[in-house]
Amino acid sequence: MKKQLKVDPIKSGTVIDHITAGKALQVIDLINLKQPENLMMIGVNLSSNKMGKKDIIKIENRVLSDDEVNSIALISPNASLIIIEDFEVIKKKKIEIPEKIKGHIVCPNPACVTNIEKVETRFELAGKDPVEVRCEYCEKKYGIEEVKFRF
Amino acid sequence: MKNLISMRDVSKEDILELLDLAAKIENKEVHPDLSGKLGALLFFEPSTRTHFSFDTAIKKLGGQSFSMSGTSSTSVKKGETLADTLMTISQYADFIVMRHKIEGAARFAAETVDIPVINAGDGTNQHPTQAMLDLYSIKKTQGTLENLTIAMIGDLRLGRTVHSLAQALSEFNPTFYFASPRHLQMPQYIKDELTAKGVRFEEVEDIHPIMPHLDIMYVTRIQKERFAVLEDYEKVKDAYIVTPELLEEVKENFKLLHPLPRVNEITTEVDKTPYAYYFQQAKNGVFMRQAIITKLMNLI
Ligand SMILES: [Zn+2]
Repeated sequence: MKKQLKVDPIKSGTVIDHITAGKALQVIDLINLKQPENLMMIGVNLSSNKMGKKDIIKIENRVLSDDEVNSIALISPNASLIIIEDFEVIKKKKIEIPEKIKGHIVCPNPACVTNIEKVETRFELAGKDPVEVRCEYCEKKYGIEEVKFRF
Repeated sequence: MKNLISMRDVSKEDILELLDLAAKIENKEVHPDLSGKLGALLFFEPSTRTHFSFDTAIKKLGGQSFSMSGTSSTSVKKGETLADTLMTISQYADFIVMRHKIEGAARFAAETVDIPVINAGDGTNQHPTQAMLDLYSIKKTQGTLENLTIAMIGDLRLGRTVHSLAQALSEFNPTFYFASPRHLQMPQYIKDELTAKGVRFEEVEDIHPIMPHLDIMYVTRIQKERFAVLEDYEKVKDAYIVTPELLEEVKENFKLLHPLPRVNEITTEVDKTPYAYYFQQAKNGVFMRQAIITKLMNLI
């Protein structure tokens, strides 16, 4: 049997599974998990039957808000969410891409007011496959790969 | 409706209401009164025609205006933020008409101040009052906006006018023909939106065969200032020129529209034909802007 690196199970908390390989650190940034009180395990480039390679994040004793969950879909549309209590899966949540995204996305358009005046960006979902977002200010549309995130 | 920022925010019902109101103002069926109200015309990016058109609309409604044109002589030069300039102006004025080269500036303005904001152009993004006056001109000449066949020619890539107009007309079951030099084609995102809405459109190189089918031809100027290399401009500037010969086989109801100013894309001989409508179109702009101000200021 092939030897495989495993990520330890957690007692209770949240597992974000099936994250696009290499995106785990971005997910952590996006939902602001980098706080000292969070106990986390991160697996990067694990082998997956479904995806070939995947990333996984396990967070002890932390329940994510719907907003946080949905924003994960922006960088990893196929991610899934599992809530664990006492080592048991109690809930699997479907991740849905949010229709509106406030803040976090930087508009790539240098002539956009959000890059000139002090104003929080607002984007709306403009396409799901591939994921595209439209700036509510300059109204330009971008693929999710084209935008940068800011935290 | 408190502001007019983008045609994206304007519903089909809003469009029809504004068209109706503009017609009533033109026919003197209603007499909205803007007296005692002050409009700020903030043209951070100068535009003589749009500026005059709004000023005329305000004065015809009995209101008053003050103007700013360009950024050289203003607080902008002293490094004041747009937000601060707008907040200050909003202490004096009852509404703001704004043109700015920054994209999204008008939406930002509307979120910054409490008074109504009308977008008179924000960079390459939106110019909704132009779209509305174009719709008004089309409705006036065709009697309807429904089921029309419309060609757009010239610079379709950077011309925000044609983008807003195509978006607005897509609610009315149109058939579009787009003709432009290779590098100035209608952007993919506009074409995607039309496809998503089930709008029929075709990109053509030769406009002669489509002429007998058209109700409206909307011509835009290929703008020299949009080209980094002058040679590139020289190559495409004469790509589509409308002459009386081109119009020989058009339908009786056919009309030619142009947002003006024109350079040479419509020859002056065309002006005398019954198809030329661009100067009336400019006049219609005043009625439409009166209607927009009337609605946003709740005058009737
Ligand atoms: Zn933007």
